[in-house]
Amino acid sequence: MTVAQVIFYVVAALAVAGGLGVVLAKHAVYAALFLIVALIAVAGVYILLASEFLALVQILIYAGAVTVLLLFALMLTRTSDLPEAMTGAQWPVAGLVAALLGGAIIATVTTSDWPGDEDGMITRVPFDDLGSALFQQWAVPFEIASLVLFVALVGAIVLAREDEPEEEGE
Amino acid sequence: MEPVAQQIPLEHFLALSAILFSLGVYGVLTRRNAVLILMSVELMLNAASINMVAFAAYASPEKFTGMIFAVFIITIAAAEVGLALAIILRIFRNLGTANVDEVDELKW
Repeated sequence: MTVAQVIFYVVAALAVAGGLGVVLAKHAVYAALFLIVALIAVAGVYILLASEFLALVQILIYAGAVTVLLLFALMLTRTSDLPEAMTGAQWPVAGLVAALLGGAIIATVTTSDWPGDEDGMITRVPFDDLGSALFQQWAVPFEIASLVLFVALVGAIVLAREDEPEEEGE
Repeated sequence: MEPVAQQIPLEHFLALSAILFSLGVYGVLTRRNAVLILMSVELMLNAASINMVAFAAYASPEKFTGMIFAVFIITIAAAEVGLALAIILRIFRNLGTANVDEVDELKW
């Protein structure tokens, strides 16, 4: 086993453990903390795939911003439920469905013939190549993404605002 | 662009992504709280991103379209989380609950 293989299995085990924690944790806040573990492990997977930029973005935006937002939402909606009421009564069926889906995908993946997997050679993409592709070849999708972010931000502010404009007018 | 020897088959990345996606599906189907459902959706989005980046690294390293896709997935996920949390906050303020099985105003 090479070093990369050992790191991959450690990181993959961390990601799966974090994912299990997200779906099985009895407390909502623990689930959010397990989500941070899973997201940082996914950043490690990105580093093994030689895309450091994505790993940095993953840690900054996902593990940093998104989880803080989720924790704020948990705080503001104050889930005072009993821990055993966090999951619905349909969990056996849901477990069966998820296991069947995962089994079907893994069976398909292992029996298919993928390109370029004989020696496990991958090519590192430098930062500047990724940046110039993003701003030249993908410039229009990039601008549309910024518009989507803007609309989502305005929509979130409008939705979450306390609505008492009548009192303010007087 | 120098090649790096990893000795990890592409299938292992795809299998990891399949496991994470199934966990996300299980979470979406079982959790009652809308915020926890959103966390499971994040797991599924991450699984899809792993797939994209793995294919980009192994199958078409000269174009790396998959990595660009992963960047856009992260962007859209950030927008989605912000908007969904505003909606959940609104539902909580109007109905006093964030559990999706108690938000049943549309049926009688």
